[in-house]
Amino acid sequence: MELLIFARGPALWTSVLVLVAGTVWRVWGIFRRPAKADLSEPRSTRFAAGAWRMILWRMIPKREFRSSATLATSNAYLYHIGLAVIVFGYLPHIAFVERLSGLFWPPLPAAIVYFAMAVTFVSLLIALMYRLTDPVLRLISSFDDYFSWFIVFLPLATGMAVLNEPFAPGAAPSEPLDPLPLALHLLSVELLVVWLPFGKLAHSFLVFISRGMTGAAFARRGIRP
Amino acid sequence: MTEVNEKHPLELDAPRFSVRKPQTRIDKQGTLDDRQRVRAALAGFARDFSRLTAAYMEACVHCGQCAEACHFYVTTRDPKYTPIWKLEPFKQVYSRQAGPFAWVFRTFNLKPDVTIGELEEWQELIYDSCTMCGRCTQICPMGIDIVSLIGMARHGMFEAGLVPHELWAVAVRAEREGSPLGATPKVLKERIEWLADEHEIEIPLDLASAEILVTLSSIEIMKYPQSIVALAKILNHLGASWTLRSDGYEATNFGMLSGNVQWQRDSSLKMIQAAIACGAKTLILPECGHAYGALRWQGANVYGKPLPFCVLHISEFLAENVRNGKIRLRPLGKSVTFHDPCQVSRCGGATRAPRDVLSGLGVELREMPSTGDVNWCCGGGGGVVTIHRADELRYKAFEIKMRQVEDTGAEVLASSCANCRQTFDDGQAHFKWDKTMQSLLELVAGNLV
Repeated sequence: MELLIFARGPALWTSVLVLVAGTVWRVWGIFRRPAKADLSEPRSTRFAAGAWRMILWRMIPKREFRSSATLATSNAYLYHIGLAVIVFGYLPHIAFVERLSGLFWPPLPAAIVYFAMAVTFVSLLIALMYRLTDPVLRLISSFDDYFSWFIVFLPLATGMAVLNEPFAPGAAPSEPLDPLPLALHLLSVELLVVWLPFGKLAHSFLVFISRGMTGAAFARRGIRP
Repeated sequence: MTEVNEKHPLELDAPRFSVRKPQTRIDKQGTLDDRQRVRAALAGFARDFSRLTAAYMEACVHCGQCAEACHFYVTTRDPKYTPIWKLEPFKQVYSRQAGPFAWVFRTFNLKPDVTIGELEEWQELIYDSCTMCGRCTQICPMGIDIVSLIGMARHGMFEAGLVPHELWAVAVRAEREGSPLGATPKVLKERIEWLADEHEIEIPLDLASAEILVTLSSIEIMKYPQSIVALAKILNHLGASWTLRSDGYEATNFGMLSGNVQWQRDSSLKMIQAAIACGAKTLILPECGHAYGALRWQGANVYGKPLPFCVLHISEFLAENVRNGKIRLRPLGKSVTFHDPCQVSRCGGATRAPRDVLSGLGVELREMPSTGDVNWCCGGGGGVVTIHRADELRYKAFEIKMRQVEDTGAEVLASSCANCRQTFDDGQAHFKWDKTMQSLLELVAGNLV
């Protein structure tokens, strides 16, 4: 129980603090660099619209590229959507957020979430297999790629270990019969939260910056996003 | 920088520069020792670590999708041709010197210093196997403009004197003589006189004042002079006030392609100053892809302020006049497939212009399966067509293009880039192919009403 108290208390807040500080540091690390003004005559001055178009449209590969990156692309969709369903649609997670912030939203049916867990689990394994066997991915991968994979997989695995924990409808158990699995799950999530701003998982916020900048530049030149 | 390394002499008088045993060499220019070269490269890389560069360096998720967009990877399946891998030394230096966690990388040596061996190894990847076509940028899910980073990496490589000989030599020649192919102002004047006389056409040169300044590619001057005649025919037909200027005619920019920022600036400034000198309101760029990127999108930046005139690629100029009815054309009555020059279309945003011109020609346009801003490059851009040791690789990439053209079954193959045209001509000879690349400009000139 002490470990669970630690995971729910100091470890949680420390990880959130590291997340915020790390994110600010990483973003500042980009924006502190000098910006080069572009003096060319723009074809369009709707730079913000261009940035948003790129942010949204790049979520879907262009038609011409769909056949060449089928497995990598579709598998990435699976685990991204799967993780979103698990994090934001699972009742105990929503209850956890509600306890901390007062925010609540309707959960998805448990069956859908369990299905998403299974899909995500397999999909992440496929992603790892792909990274270990594809010559291109093997060449360009670094420690960050494998560690980040592990850091994402760990909460999923530990979370599945607490699935059989009984909880009352509408709320997560505040004092489960066996606190260890839940504590380990929370700690694994906190490890992810701590690592997120430092490794490639930071693409969760960096994607808006890189796509946005290219989108604005493309708008200037009149290039399709 | 000194003359070309004597171990690998260039045959400067050959039709194309050539080097013996090209595949066995790593080229070096100048007399710097290895440590000095590494220092120069790092300093060159570091100068380009801007906000945009940082955003791109931080965002890569190593998904490897860019490989599938690169003709050199697709045709060889060699992972070293993965576009983002071509930037590995550049990324390494960024992480160690300029990234948000640079001090961690340095303190714990998590990213080792780039070595001369790595820079030498990457010469092929940064130059020979990248046409800077920008197709990788189009596939990147993080929106990283990989091609712009390759351009930056070339800056450091040039400063280190690690440029492929032939590309370096044409860049030197362009800086010294004003043209990479020996089309000096004297040669230009002689050619213009000859063309004007031969074709009985007025080609104004060095007028003190004109509405339009026309620029050329030295490939046109030396290899496709009929393009100059075609241009003159159209402009005279329109009754335009135009001129060529011997103090600013060369639109190719080998300073940019080789990675020398100062030479890039010098080339651009000649045209900019010539346009200002004659009071031109419009500067027309020739059928050349990278010339468009160099002046239309980078010209004002090297000039330091907005350009006081409008810059148009010739296909844009033609499209504008076809649309407003000033150019009327006889229907060609044939099927045509169009090869988009990457720097004009994908990287330049002028994808629609040539299609409007073709529409004016009344052709049956047969688009290739991957076309417009996602077209496959011909393999000769980015200076690659000058590099002999890259020939085999380039021919492999060209095979994609040949298949695409054949699949359309079109009677006419056209483009609006002299460099692409040269690459197609070379590929045609190599593969004994029966398709000859036509110039869009010449098609228009030949069908004026």
